[in-house]
Amino acid sequence: MTGADITQYFDYLFMVMLLFIGLTIIRLQNLFAVVMLTGVYSLIAAAWFVSLGAADVAITEAAVGAGISTVLLLAAMLLTAGEAKPTSAFRHWAALVVMAAAGVAVFYALGDLPVYGAADTPANTGPGMAYIERTPDEINIPNVVTAVLASYRGFDTMGEVFVVFAAGVGVALLLNLSGRGRREEDGE
Amino acid sequence: MVEIVAERFTYAVILVLMMVGLYAVIATGNLVKRMVGLSIFQTSVFLLYIATAKVFGGGPAIFDYDDLAYGTIPEDAIYANPLPHVLILTAIVVGVATLAMGLALVVRIREIYGTIEDDELSEIDHDDELKKGV
Repeated sequence: MTGADITQYFDYLFMVMLLFIGLTIIRLQNLFAVVMLTGVYSLIAAAWFVSLGAADVAITEAAVGAGISTVLLLAAMLLTAGEAKPTSAFRHWAALVVMAAAGVAVFYALGDLPVYGAADTPANTGPGMAYIERTPDEINIPNVVTAVLASYRGFDTMGEVFVVFAAGVGVALLLNLSGRGRREEDGE
Repeated sequence: MVEIVAERFTYAVILVLMMVGLYAVIATGNLVKRMVGLSIFQTSVFLLYIATAKVFGGGPAIFDYDDLAYGTIPEDAIYANPLPHVLILTAIVVGVATLAMGLALVVRIREIYGTIEDDELSEIDHDDELKKGV
């Protein structure tokens, strides 16, 4: 270990809260409570992002993950059903088997992950740190994340905009937001 | 073995959170709750990426404005790795786009079938096919 850090204690706090909320979401059948707890889950994840040193991600997660996602889920819930029907015991056992198989697979890979919080791991020595060194000379703005997002990896961000546009068009077509086909149906 | 897990304890818990999301996806028949399970899984993946970017003693990769202006950024300053942060910023926005798409599909299914429980949906489909004589 590379020495303890005060943020590790925050990690333990957030872990316990997230696990508790996740298990509660599985148990609850009332969709309003489930959607609200999802918002809380995102907000606590955002708090954890701050403690992990990812301020930009935390702002985005709080605004988009906890804000817009919750609104979307609430709208979908109001348009469909307020209560989920309980499922058969067989289904829970099947889910448990799939979860166990996937869990064994990911835990088998756990040992190959870089040591938590170390600065000399391959993940934390490559291009990421080079961006920090080069940003003051090449881009000259204080926030390195902004520099990488909008300049070094600008094409990624452009692709993201295309994806969001495609999803927006898809939602508009699926829900028939222009209302054209609907009027014809009314006329018949 | 114990040391390997102890050094990666945060990842281990985040992997458990992912599995909670996976369980929520499979164990429920309600399509809205299934989207909730997917978004839990997704948030956990974000946490895994950001956790690998953590460097002990390092804050966000933001320079002091005066240091930048006068070229006096300290050489030994420690920052978290900004690259995973950028990747996850993109992923969060794309995640909401896919969530909106999935929920729009759920709303359409409700409009046509009148239910969003998947066992009832497959029953209706089955009856329809019997009527058609497939």
